[in-house]
Amino acid sequence: MDKEKLLQMYYEMVLIRRVEERGAELYQAGKIGGFMHLYIGQEAVSTGLIAAREPRDRVITAYRDHGVALNCGISANEVMAELLGKITGMSRGKGGSMHMASVEKNMWGGHAIVGGHLPIAAGLALGDQYAGNDNITICMFGDGATNIGYFHEALNLAKTWNLRVLWVCENNQYGMGTAVERASAVDEIRQKAEGYGMKNARVDGMDVMKVYEASQEAMKYIRETGHPYLLEAVTYRFRGHSMGDPERYRQQEEVKKWQENDPIGIFRAYLLKKKVATEAELDALDEKAQAETDKAVEFAEASPEPGMEELFKDIYADFEVR
Amino acid sequence: MARITMREAISQALMEEMDRDPSVFIMGQEVGVWGGTYAVTKGFYDKYGPERVKDTPIAENAILGGAIGAAMVGQRPVAELMTINFAFSAMDYVVNQAPKLRYMFGGQFDVPLVIRAVGGGGRQLGATHSQTPDAVFAHFPGLVVVSPGTPADAKGLLKSAIRSNDPVLFIEHATMYQVRGEVPEGEYLEPIGKSKIQRPGKDVTIVTYCKGLELSMKAADELAKQGIEVEIVDLRTLRPLDMGPVLESFKKTNRAVVVEEGWKSYGVGAEIVSRIYEEAFDYVDAPILRVAQKEVPLPYNRALEQAALPQVPDIVAAVKEVLK
Repeated sequence: MDKEKLLQMYYEMVLIRRVEERGAELYQAGKIGGFMHLYIGQEAVSTGLIAAREPRDRVITAYRDHGVALNCGISANEVMAELLGKITGMSRGKGGSMHMASVEKNMWGGHAIVGGHLPIAAGLALGDQYAGNDNITICMFGDGATNIGYFHEALNLAKTWNLRVLWVCENNQYGMGTAVERASAVDEIRQKAEGYGMKNARVDGMDVMKVYEASQEAMKYIRETGHPYLLEAVTYRFRGHSMGDPERYRQQEEVKKWQENDPIGIFRAYLLKKKVATEAELDALDEKAQAETDKAVEFAEASPEPGMEELFKDIYADFEVR
Repeated sequence: MARITMREAISQALMEEMDRDPSVFIMGQEVGVWGGTYAVTKGFYDKYGPERVKDTPIAENAILGGAIGAAMVGQRPVAELMTINFAFSAMDYVVNQAPKLRYMFGGQFDVPLVIRAVGGGGRQLGATHSQTPDAVFAHFPGLVVVSPGTPADAKGLLKSAIRSNDPVLFIEHATMYQVRGEVPEGEYLEPIGKSKIQRPGKDVTIVTYCKGLELSMKAADELAKQGIEVEIVDLRTLRPLDMGPVLESFKKTNRAVVVEEGWKSYGVGAEIVSRIYEEAFDYVDAPILRVAQKEVPLPYNRALEQAALPQVPDIVAAVKEVLK
């Protein structure tokens, strides 16, 4: 991989971290409402995965979507504006934290019903299959989503019809506060793909290079065979499930142990060791991400609220509602 | 104009739209090789092949979620639910996904999807397979709910539904596939979201749709023999609801009966009556009555089932009551 791309990946990971840290502050300050789920700790998964896609490949994910949105090329300005419910957000302030999408960036949301977007992902791929192209739909979801019926209906359909979907389970060990082994019949989520005769793999989700390589391999397989593939990325969220999480279900030692494994730290060490970049170059990227975040907060705070005419807008394409 | 059945009219609409637009395809349980459980898509599999007439697993979430996804990327799927009762297995897609995607993402997504679903009682299928839950679905902004009562409307409205950029739940009635009527051949579109006077009259307004239209027409014939002229307004679309012809008719007759096959409580009739009181209270000469299903799960036994469903004599009696 060339230096430029590697440094771009590093930059995106730091940007996600900074944007979400500021998001958490703004949430505590009461400027962001509703539910907000932070991606902090999991940045390597989305970054490695989306770095491996071609622009024509579609991405769809669950409600922990800020990082995915940034990786897909949605600007920090738009992400922050959507968090603040402003008209300049990509969903015009009507979707919020859990509903970020951009047709232009081939990012199909941000979906808040656990597992609900999996059959829709199969449908995006069905649309592409019907159109006769070989686009891949990358569908991300948590370990918790693999215990609900949607997952099984979607995987069964994808394999029966051979839809080009890369199913990516971000196994962050907990579905809200319930540990995987307390909710899932198997601890290794990838095993569930076996029941559908679907090729699968498990990868260290804290290491962006490993995620990138595993994603590339998966996408190569899908492009060549036309069959779906399930990739399980083992990861960990450093923050609570959402902003209102008392975290009674895990020990601080466990969190600390994983934090020593910080995906940004791992990647930084890799880039230095491989002499891809110097400390100074990486520091400059850290500063750039900080500046981008500051600018995004300024932009979002200065942006106007949606006007009341937005209330009745976009309910239907063909009908007016008042 | 040819006189054809409701089944033929729906089939014709599907075929014409598939011929017209290659992005239209059908997916559902037994729509292909079997030819459709109500034989609506008989012959389609041979004509269009498995790519455009897709037999799905018995998995409503996969069917509707899959159809929504395909619609989001520009195809025009017609997803068939074997019965509307199975929509409950995938309620998330009908009420919580398809109608929300456009609004929630700031207008970025179109969902040009048609969900065809067979509803209604009267075929002794028992409580879980006989429901008329139209009002449930009509409750949700963002969803279009259409339910035709004549073969011509079935054709014209289904063609419009397939061309619409919004998700349309198209509800057909299980006992009406053999109903015959005049249906224009070829290109024939009826507008969604427009109620229609199906029979003119001056004494009482009957507001109804789908199966209720068939029953109300019979009741109107009987009442005509007794010198009572009812005007029948067919809603055809439950959401977005067009109250125009209803209010116009009511302002002329000052009396109304609402006929629906679903349960009375929280039903279509409740909505219509409220709207008349809200928008035409000064024209009310008598309490507005509702004819609807008895408040029971539909039983299997034929006599019991028929006793629970609204019947022609119930409508006749209600009309006479509002004329007192």
